[in-house]
Amino acid sequence: MEVALFIPCYMDQLYPRVAMATAELLERYGVTVRFPEAQTCCGQPMANSGFFDDARPVARKMIDVFESYPHVVCPSGSCTSMVRNHYPDLLASEPRLEALRGKTLELCEFLHDVLKVRPAGRFAHKVGLHQSCHGLRELRLGSGSERLVPAFSKTRALLEGLEGIELVELARPDDCCGFGGTFAVAEEAVSCAMGRDRIADHERAGAEIITAADISCLMHMDGLIRRDGKKQRVLHIAELLLEATA
Amino acid sequence: MIDHAARAKTFVEDEVRLHWHDKAVWFVRQKRDLARAVLPEWEELRTLASQIKAHTLSRLADYLEEFEKKALAAGAQVHWARDADEHNLIVHGLLQARGVTRLVKSKSMLTEDCGLNPYLEARGIEVVDTDLGERIVQFRHEPPSHIVMPAIHLRKEEIGVLFHERLGTPVGLADPRALTEAARQHLRAKFLGAQAGLTGVNFAIASTGGVVVCTNEGNADLGTALPPLHIACMGVEKLVPGPRELGVFLRLLARSATGQAITTYTSHYHGPRPGAELHIVIVDHGRSGILARKEFRRALQCIRCGACLNTCPVYRHSGGHSYGVAVAGPIGSVLAPHLDAKKNAGLPFASTLCGSCTDVCPVRIDLHHQLLLWRGELAARGLVPLGKRFVSRVGRWVLLRTWAYRLFGKLARIFAPLLPRSGWTRQRELPPMPRESFRAQWRNRAGPR
Repeated sequence: MEVALFIPCYMDQLYPRVAMATAELLERYGVTVRFPEAQTCCGQPMANSGFFDDARPVARKMIDVFESYPHVVCPSGSCTSMVRNHYPDLLASEPRLEALRGKTLELCEFLHDVLKVRPAGRFAHKVGLHQSCHGLRELRLGSGSERLVPAFSKTRALLEGLEGIELVELARPDDCCGFGGTFAVAEEAVSCAMGRDRIADHERAGAEIITAADISCLMHMDGLIRRDGKKQRVLHIAELLLEATA
Repeated sequence: MIDHAARAKTFVEDEVRLHWHDKAVWFVRQKRDLARAVLPEWEELRTLASQIKAHTLSRLADYLEEFEKKALAAGAQVHWARDADEHNLIVHGLLQARGVTRLVKSKSMLTEDCGLNPYLEARGIEVVDTDLGERIVQFRHEPPSHIVMPAIHLRKEEIGVLFHERLGTPVGLADPRALTEAARQHLRAKFLGAQAGLTGVNFAIASTGGVVVCTNEGNADLGTALPPLHIACMGVEKLVPGPRELGVFLRLLARSATGQAITTYTSHYHGPRPGAELHIVIVDHGRSGILARKEFRRALQCIRCGACLNTCPVYRHSGGHSYGVAVAGPIGSVLAPHLDAKKNAGLPFASTLCGSCTDVCPVRIDLHHQLLLWRGELAARGLVPLGKRFVSRVGRWVLLRTWAYRLFGKLARIFAPLLPRSGWTRQRELPPMPRESFRAQWRNRAGPR
């Protein structure tokens, strides 16, 4: 199977190790990985600031870049949701949009639903799972605590089979970390207060490692952890799975 | 423009209050989770409620006329107000004509929104809010910070000090039971002396002409049972077609609001009681404008339960007063720009777009999506700061050119760590900057492609 990687701009520039882990993890499961080099960004920073006109041509570029690939996989719930759930607001009359929306999957979704893998390996650590909001509530990677539906979590399902892993129980399993894109700077006070509360929850639950399907949330929490001299380590789920299944 | 970020910063600086507020409000969210868990049909109820409201709004003019006809037949009088000014004028006119100088009120976010209290007070009428939380914030000359729990930003010790000053309770008294009793005695005298009672309306039933008021304190009942004049103020969106539909909302409202199965008092008013008058004031105040906007009209389905406030992490970490409007939190940020887009242009940005509000809403309002749509509308109307617009334009130029993006990324990795601490780095470390981007590493990588 051939897959085109859609790597979020901030991950490409700041977290190449996560992007590389995503590629290697997919290759481990027999996937042929391509990286279309013309890609830049999905346009979410502009769209979430309200500048739909600036996001629109950037979104159109995404369609051009990925047009010839059968599957697009992205190690970010937020950027995947931008394409699947928010591009229709921008590109209502674009006939090629449906094809891109239909073939773009978040990494955990792709592993869980398409490859149907349940990673086997060893990861003897206490791990706190941060449920990034857009993956959880816009892509429905999990049931979420608000709705009364049978409980499930695709992210958790990928971790549960690992030998030695202890997934700690959080008091608030799906509260937002406060990153929120430009919100992190525009509303710095609230953003950091929210992040510290999340970290404290993981700390009380005894997590050594905080993992998530979005490195943006983890970048925010890690920034606070290191400034505050805390001990937790953050790992994107792709890195964790790659390390565990080595 | 209301600067939510600046107001929120002040709130966050009081760390003890911040954590206490977050926990107190989250506790109510948890109570809601428990109350909902006993109804296996919860999600179907939400869908049904959403459909009933959507249906009613789609035939609003017909239902309003039916309601008026039935209400008149039941002996009530009906008044129509285009906006806040007309609403205040009508209410004042009713009071003035009957020589009323002492009015008791039960909770009504509509009158809060219309600024009724200061309007009447300026005209010599004593207005007493009889909901305990509302009375507390009224004593403090501040607006409610939550639509269901108006004084949730205050601790019992602060209320003790306030009641000592206003009601003469002993110094240091902070026992909630004793403080409530003091307020009860104080309010009892106000009820007995009132010449008119004003209530909000939770639901108006088109097929019967009745209005329904839900409270936990029975204050609406006392306020309407004693004085000879009852004024009920409602927005046009409060209508439901009939009593059958009402049942759906009564099952959702209290569970979503406070985690109770039903409010302690659910009072139905079909016409005035013998010898008294019932006046219903139906208010538009911007609502028909919202109804005209397809992408925003679902916001009119709101039943003011406050669940979106309780679940909102930004609300919990910034307090209701940081929003600067009568209705705080996600629903307030969605509604307020309709009334004054310029003044409230910052509110749709006071959100991480986490989506919890949308999933908790008992009438399935797409709250976080509407917040995003508002950002788009505000930017299109030139109501987003120029600096942000400039950054967005530059971003677009860079991101459309892969070479420029690569260069910009490289420069950012080199220079970002050298900048003085501000913005991101005031409280957070930057990630360690990698020497190469992923795309450079991928190009250099040996092995399977």
